[in-house]
Amino acid sequence: MYAQMVKSQGMKSLEEMSPEERAFQERVDAGEKIEPKEWMPEGYRKTLIRQIGQHAHSEIVGQLPEGNWITRAPTLERKAILLAKVQDEAGHGLYLYSAAETLGISRDELTEKLLSGEMKYSSIFNYPTLTWADMGAVGWLVDGAAIMNQVPLQRTSYGPYSRAMIRICKEESFHQRQGYAIMMKMANGTPEQKDMAQDALNRFWFPALMMFGPSDKDSVHSAQSMAWKIKMNTNDELRQKFVDETVPQAEYLGLTVPDETLAWNAEKGGYDFAEPDWSEFFEVIKGNGPCNEERLGARQKAWDEGAWFRDGLTAYAEKAEARRANATLAAE
Amino acid sequence: MSKKEWPLWEIFIRGQHGLNHRHVGSLHAPDAEMALRNARDVYTRRKEGVSIWVVESRQITASSPSEKGPMFDPAESKVYRHPTFFDIPDEVGHM
Repeated sequence: MYAQMVKSQGMKSLEEMSPEERAFQERVDAGEKIEPKEWMPEGYRKTLIRQIGQHAHSEIVGQLPEGNWITRAPTLERKAILLAKVQDEAGHGLYLYSAAETLGISRDELTEKLLSGEMKYSSIFNYPTLTWADMGAVGWLVDGAAIMNQVPLQRTSYGPYSRAMIRICKEESFHQRQGYAIMMKMANGTPEQKDMAQDALNRFWFPALMMFGPSDKDSVHSAQSMAWKIKMNTNDELRQKFVDETVPQAEYLGLTVPDETLAWNAEKGGYDFAEPDWSEFFEVIKGNGPCNEERLGARQKAWDEGAWFRDGLTAYAEKAEARRANATLAAE
Repeated sequence: MSKKEWPLWEIFIRGQHGLNHRHVGSLHAPDAEMALRNARDVYTRRKEGVSIWVVESRQITASSPSEKGPMFDPAESKVYRHPTFFDIPDEVGHM
């Protein structure tokens, strides 16, 4: 999802666990939330840092493809809406960095791991946004896929992560609806506008399906994460749910999902659909997608060129603090 | 490159007049004034509050999870602290 391919260790049975580990697992099974200073297995802590960190990075990098269109939005109202949406993504990144920090890593460390390539962000943000219709497709499909994953994560076992997800989910449905509203406008516009909407769907359909991560049969590490309740559904379950909800929405728009094999399967009560090209997915994850370099380059530039500003505010805060201390001394 | 991280602040927001300030999350800021400004942008984009408090995280002293038993269990046996402990006859009326 926003956290794809997060690896965790192999799973232990209850008998193999230490008394602490067993007590921990029993609390998780009972639906109790785990809070920052409580005992937790080292693997749980590390996997969560990777997962929440990757999720936070995705929110931050995810601002870039949409930020691309803020200055080119077709009306002032559309611009204000897009700006608000992108600002929300910044907020979501901050909530998630705070949640990750409760596990004993700092935000600056996380940023450095993103910039060095040690930590990843979602593959979806390595695709370009070529037309205004892409703002519709991103909101509708990308935020739609994100919601699919984030709603169950509100029940995750780690308290700070769960609370961040609850806050994010409250705001996320605005994002999907504003995207769909753009698609409705374009799909009902001139033939050229409708073509742009179809083109956006064509380009974003398979990358959106990739957001859920590889197929369950190739996803070796999810059993432990599911036992710990930091992953609530399998990749294929969520992908199926997404397709089942999205296809009728595409039909309403009068657009065609770019999958000739797509067909309703009455027996399973869901659609049969083509898998995305997984070799493309692995290439994008490795750094060879169309925009990987541009996205990381933009983050690196913001980090480097913002250094004087971060330092300046720190220097000001220290000076003001010293002035206050001196004034107190003088008054005594 | 900057090596000094901005400190962490805990954010408390009063949702409506008449309610307590409630912890909503945390954020980084160089000083209290900036923490207030950032809290406005991060936590009240949809009119979630009428007042904000910010406290530097390191100023908070927290009870330890391992002391949970000794801290909170003693209250369990003192059920007489609840009004339902006492049976008052119906004839007495509402009390």
